[in-house]
Amino acid sequence: MKKGTKYALMLGAVPFLTLVLALPLVNRERPIILGLPFLLFWILGWVVLTPVFLYAAYRLEKKYNPPDEGGEP
Amino acid sequence: MNAALIIIAAVVLGSVALGIRAGRRVPMNLENWTVGGRRFGVVIMWLLMAGEIYTTFTFLGASGWAYTKGAPAFYIIIYGTLAYTLSFFILPAVWRAGKRHGLHTQPDFFIKRYGSRALGVLVALIGVLSIVPYLQLQLTGLGFIVEVASNRAVSSAAAIVIAFVLTCLFVFTSGIRGAAWVAVVKDILMIAAVAVVGIGVPVMCFGSVGNMFKTLMERMPGYLAFPGGTPNLGVTWVMSTCLLTGLGFYMWPHVFGSAFSARSAETIKRNAVIMPFYQIPILLVFFVGFTALLVAPGLKNGDTAFLSLVQKTYPPWFMGFVGAAGALTAMVPASVLVLFASTLIAKNIYRTVFAPGAGEDRVIRLARIMVFVIMILALTSTFFFRKELVYLLIFGYDGVSQFFPGVVLGLFWRRATKQGVAAGLLTGVGVVIGLIVAGRDPFLGLNAGFVGLAANAAVTVLVSLSTKSASGGWE
Repeated sequence: MKKGTKYALMLGAVPFLTLVLALPLVNRERPIILGLPFLLFWILGWVVLTPVFLYAAYRLEKKYNPPDEGGEP
Repeated sequence: MNAALIIIAAVVLGSVALGIRAGRRVPMNLENWTVGGRRFGVVIMWLLMAGEIYTTFTFLGASGWAYTKGAPAFYIIIYGTLAYTLSFFILPAVWRAGKRHGLHTQPDFFIKRYGSRALGVLVALIGVLSIVPYLQLQLTGLGFIVEVASNRAVSSAAAIVIAFVLTCLFVFTSGIRGAAWVAVVKDILMIAAVAVVGIGVPVMCFGSVGNMFKTLMERMPGYLAFPGGTPNLGVTWVMSTCLLTGLGFYMWPHVFGSAFSARSAETIKRNAVIMPFYQIPILLVFFVGFTALLVAPGLKNGDTAFLSLVQKTYPPWFMGFVGAAGALTAMVPASVLVLFASTLIAKNIYRTVFAPGAGEDRVIRLARIMVFVIMILALTSTFFFRKELVYLLIFGYDGVSQFFPGVVLGLFWRRATKQGVAAGLLTGVGVVIGLIVAGRDPFLGLNAGFVGLAANAAVTVLVSLSTKSASGGWE
């Protein structure tokens, strides 16, 4: 596997870990953070952070992998 | 004629005109009609994808779920995020295959990768059967929104029929470009309406969003953690449902097919990066559902929570904007659904089974006529089989999710064979139908579609390993 792809996959796994696997651990209403019940705050926080991780994955792929074939002519 | 109705009519007609114009200067061959000549950039892709994803179910259903079920509704913001993350890794490969082999649809992909027309027909059939209930759901939602928003000046049935004709018109003339342009108006209106209502309603009723949640937690402890107000939608249900719908999301024939419209694999990646931001408006829709629960408890149908609260708190002309946004929110996904269902029938079922020699112009002509046929079918069943709808829709999602192993293994595992994929697909669909019909969904706390998908993946791998692979001309 190319190095960039490996890094990208690791970053891409983050939402699956935080938004699926971790759910039993964060299934509570309190404490209230920024006015939101804890569970909703956790979910929203990771949803908003996902673009950051994906952007990092995008940059790393660009850096370590040879340029994309089939791009714009 | 009231103010709301005038606004709805003006916005909808204006958008449809924009949609019809969008296809004016392009020759309508299959390449332009179905995949927009593969020329869409990041912005238009984002608007189109968002346009398809943000359906009336998101609008009414998300607030309805928050209202009736509480925390389990949160799965709606999670699964989209998972789907976009997956799309970052899967869709660029799908796009490249599409470009290399000139693919237009999902069955095209299966036919080319596995060298089996029969498998393509099977995929097309499952796809069309899953699309029709989804289409029906959009029509039903639209009728409901327009009827309420216009203060019953237009009946639900009349609204559905009018919207159906208008949608068919811009799909017929402009194909996917029409959908994309109407999606621009729809996305802007929708986000504006949701932002105003989602923040405005809790603030007007409770002073702030935080206060609304505090009141809710005091009055109904436990409602905002799984399983919320439900007996059986616990944390394992949420986890399996998020995974299933997250994996299944891009397997919808229309969403999968839209990926081919992108200009490059790069466009798709950049689009995937920004997609999760589109989940934030759903959070605001939840706020409305929760507020409604506190100030208007006891609604017979939770899906009416959003509109009844808007009606209570905003002036009638504002209802016009919400109604227009709601109508377009149904029409855009409906247009893409009907477009792909028509292409599947014309290209992958009719041509493959009945007329293998048919030229492309015959296929596109048939596809454009099929737009009306499919809409009439959906319309008829909307009026006659209302109750079965929910079941059909559950089956639709569970059904399309079963394409996942065939797509992903097809892209990244050379050993995957047509026998493996066909056997897996039939097993998955069989398990899902069996469990739903037997009333065993959720099964041991897991979503039935997820159980089917697991069985499907196992069978696909096992059968593939014991058959000879022949991916003729794929690489």
